[in-house]
Amino acid sequence: METTQITETINMVSEEHLDIRTVTMGISLLDTIAGTPQETAKNIYQKITTYAKNLVKVTQQIEREFGIPITNKRISVTPIALIAGKATPDEMLYYAHALDDAAKAVGVDFIGGYSALVQKGFANGDLALIKSLPRVLTETDLVMSSVNIGSTKAGINLDAIKLMGETIKAITDKSDTANAKMVVFANAVEDNPFMAGAFHGVSEADVVINVGVSGPGVVKRAIEKVKGESIQVVAETIKKTAFKITRVGQMVGALAAERLGVEFGIVDLSLAPTPARGDSVAEVLEEIGLEMVGTHGTTAALMLLNDAVKKGGVMASQRVGGLSGAFIPVSEDAGMIDAVKAGVLSLAKLEAMTAVCSVGLDMIAIPGETDATTIAAMIADEAAIGVQNNKTTAVRILPTNGAKVGDMIDYGGLLGTAPVMSVVEKSSAEFINRGGHIPAPIHSFKN
Amino acid sequence: MAKAVVTVIGKDKPGIIAGVSKTLSDHNINILDVSQTIMSDIFTMSMLVSLAQLDEEFNKLQDDLNLLGKQLTVEIHTQREEIFDAMSRV
Repeated sequence: METTQITETINMVSEEHLDIRTVTMGISLLDTIAGTPQETAKNIYQKITTYAKNLVKVTQQIEREFGIPITNKRISVTPIALIAGKATPDEMLYYAHALDDAAKAVGVDFIGGYSALVQKGFANGDLALIKSLPRVLTETDLVMSSVNIGSTKAGINLDAIKLMGETIKAITDKSDTANAKMVVFANAVEDNPFMAGAFHGVSEADVVINVGVSGPGVVKRAIEKVKGESIQVVAETIKKTAFKITRVGQMVGALAAERLGVEFGIVDLSLAPTPARGDSVAEVLEEIGLEMVGTHGTTAALMLLNDAVKKGGVMASQRVGGLSGAFIPVSEDAGMIDAVKAGVLSLAKLEAMTAVCSVGLDMIAIPGETDATTIAAMIADEAAIGVQNNKTTAVRILPTNGAKVGDMIDYGGLLGTAPVMSVVEKSSAEFINRGGHIPAPIHSFKN
Repeated sequence: MAKAVVTVIGKDKPGIIAGVSKTLSDHNINILDVSQTIMSDIFTMSMLVSLAQLDEEFNKLQDDLNLLGKQLTVEIHTQREEIFDAMSRV
């Protein structure tokens, strides 16, 4: 055992914020469907509290043994729209409260999977779920929601996008912060352990453990050591660092799964920032050589970072999955917040960055008077980037009533603080109001 | 048998090794390897120790060592060996 290795590991945790961001237990609810919503809700509560009973205890013990923080303990479940196929919007509350109550009973931080997959069209349960969102997200505490409105195979459901624009506005009218608990996806993945978008896909095993690892601070520190060297040295450095971080996730995930007696799913290596200084993706990009994130070259630096993280992670784990890459939320990243405040990082640049980052427009505050069709059009733009380029994209946008551009909105804890950003004021209403379905893109003949 | 690494980092003063060794011996724990240096007044030591049991005994040892760290105003980490292997070996 070499002392330098020991010191390196200890510094990664204590100074560079290396953490296991989440251990997420994915639980299938397909076998909980009963005759009435009340009975199903009871079964849901029963199944979750049975399998996840020891989740928090086991992960806390692992934290202790290895001296590595496991920041969140979470649960993801089968998209509830599939479980609640016959329900009315009011009846959806039974399901939502069953999830919320079960999450509280086992002591996890969040439960994800209040979700609908409507990339091709709506079934009854999908519509009921979307209509219930303003109530569910304000009447429950730990329930997280996602709606998938497009995919490379199915195209983009413009009707769903329009409806989500209106839903986001309706949620804002009830609460300034509840939209932080919902994300609109294109090409959603079925094994993502990160919130708000985690759900347990129907092709997954009954119960699995998925792990999300993070550590932008560790990557930043590694790049500091190769100042002035060529860009492929930077790529190699990121790869090696991502490898080390992912190995920890692999070890923790395998052990947690073994102790809980369930299958080990995937490791998701995502550089996910927190509001703490030194735990920022923006700072990594700046370390690569940008004066401030948002300037010219940001997209290229982010592309390199995202790709090198994936390459390093893939070899380090038995199964890499989820979103794996670099997240670029605004409110959760001190460097991004600085760049927005300085007027360097715009919504347009963020959109360009989402073409090469791991997800999309995330945790962005906008003025409350923004029209529902404008929000829908932002979702449509993001979906277009994802669907055309075969990647996951998402929108988690936070309109705030009464807020003006430049105001700071506090979402609490890991969700951070976001400056209200300006939105283009010209209307997209006629485009969105056409409704219908944008056809799936052609996969040959590309340029 | 599981192994753990105990690392101690802090300002050098009399009694650090004595304190750590005594705590380990109180828990009936065998020291397998020790490496210690002083770099510009900062004492750093890593010890490889064997653990008979994980769960409860490990937790008690960790609590006692954390307490000792506070008394000596040094930082003591007690971690299972595997985390260091995982990161630096394929």
